[in-house]
Amino acid sequence: MTELTFFGRGGQGAVVASEILGEAYFRDGYFVQSFPSFGVERRGAPVTAFLRIDKEFIYLRSMIYQADWGLVLAADIMQAPTFRPAVKDGARVVVNSSSPPVALPGLQVAYLDATAIAFKHKLGSQAAPLVNTALLGAFARVNGAPGLDSVLAAVEQKVPHNTTQNLEAVRDAYDSVKNLE
Amino acid sequence: MRQVISGNEAASLAVKLARVQVISAYPITPQTTIAEKLSEICGSGELAARFVRVESEHSAMSTLIGAASTGVRTFTATSAQGLALMHEPLFWASGARLPIVMVDVNRAMAAPWTIWCDQTDSVAQRDTGWLQFYCWSNQEIIDTVICAFKIAEKLLVPCMVCYDGFFISHTYEPVEIPEQKDVDEFLPPRNAEYKLDTENPHTFSGGTLPNYFMEFRYKLQRAFERAPEVIARVYGEYVQCFDRTYDSVESYAADDADAVLVASGSAASTVWHTVKALRDQGRKVGLLRIRQLRPFPAAELAAKIHPPQRIGVLDRNLSPGTGGVFTQEVRAALHRDGHTGRIHEFIAGLGGRDITMNNIIDIYDRLEQKTANASAINWVGLNP
Repeated sequence: MTELTFFGRGGQGAVVASEILGEAYFRDGYFVQSFPSFGVERRGAPVTAFLRIDKEFIYLRSMIYQADWGLVLAADIMQAPTFRPAVKDGARVVVNSSSPPVALPGLQVAYLDATAIAFKHKLGSQAAPLVNTALLGAFARVNGAPGLDSVLAAVEQKVPHNTTQNLEAVRDAYDSVKNLE
Repeated sequence: MRQVISGNEAASLAVKLARVQVISAYPITPQTTIAEKLSEICGSGELAARFVRVESEHSAMSTLIGAASTGVRTFTATSAQGLALMHEPLFWASGARLPIVMVDVNRAMAAPWTIWCDQTDSVAQRDTGWLQFYCWSNQEIIDTVICAFKIAEKLLVPCMVCYDGFFISHTYEPVEIPEQKDVDEFLPPRNAEYKLDTENPHTFSGGTLPNYFMEFRYKLQRAFERAPEVIARVYGEYVQCFDRTYDSVESYAADDADAVLVASGSAASTVWHTVKALRDQGRKVGLLRIRQLRPFPAAELAAKIHPPQRIGVLDRNLSPGTGGVFTQEVRAALHRDGHTGRIHEFIAGLGGRDITMNNIIDIYDRLEQKTANASAINWVGLNP
């Protein structure tokens, strides 16, 4: 079983991102379980969402405390003291960051400028760009799964507004994500 | 067709597939997305039902009592304080023998104010004369809501389908969605023998003198005594159509286990996962999952417990001054069966506190090492 935690701020689309990625893995033949961190959500406040992936039905229904993957929608969240303990030693991280992020010990980090991609495709507003779909394109590239086609199909299914622009954002992120040296 | 959907979407889809005719609901977290979805599909015409908007849960249940009396199929959903506000008409619905189906998305009762999960809301309604099912997956929700209509209409007893707020209601997972034509075959339109009809006027549930009232209660009790057979028959028909079924008490690795934990709802799912992991380490632990609180499957439970197994009950609810409600039911059921072993009571997960694998391992450790208290509550995950 693989466990992923999405770290974002209210309004960035972390919860929807976990649902879309779950849908993409489901299309690739996996059992999935996605759920939000059950908070009272508020724009700008830290939000986490979870996704479990397995070859069998997933019975475990507690929250995820140490994820195999961290998907970070806002780079400053990685600097919060609560971030590092929330992912495993050796965990992989994909972060939305315009410049190479500060390395954290024991993590393999990839980054992409999802905010620029969101601006380019007019996703969300200037004050609150929607970066979630770009992050999924980047994840699919660095992890090698789920297939890009499955991510695109999942976005098409789950994102009724600005669908074409979101599909473009996924492709741009897939092409532009970089590993932190 | 298999789709990834949330628990609340599963409930809403089941209502649509059951071709419910009157829905009345008032939004309350974490149930709200059910009321939203049903209002949407009634508005769009996707479901040919009347959605009656009301100002409270008391009115929602009262509306359905009126509607169901005319012979139509009815549904509502609620949580916590909303369910508590329905307490009075809940008795009316069962006393009037109306087969209303309701989803309760389990949420703890305030005060202090909370929106998170425990089962205290629905277990507190156990004496209102409603059947109560507890689900542990989105698949089970869609299957159980569909079956609930058939069971309720056969017994003329209202039925509550309960599942944990957020841990199930807001979790997305793959669900096999039945085809409409198959559901139509399994669940024909409601055919009410007694109903309000202006062509043939009757009064129902009017003032009843002491010379008859007790017989009404006797008949309601008899309906609950018939329920296990009817429930088994309905699920028997369901498995023929849809290839899935459920038992009132489901055993996982419990037959040869030294330590058995009885659990319900989403917690039972995490127990299942933990039992599998502990079995891989060679530990003889097992799970008995209870799916019904009313009628309580006493005989079925007793048949699945084999002394001298050490028994624990995990309760995500609290009746202050007594303890966990499932524990009390398990003790009563096993005592009636002549069981003399101690039943260990574990309270966990109140007000949305997570029930983790480590919590469950700790419970099995205490059962196996005989360090669990047999005469008082064992609190799990309590802050020091």
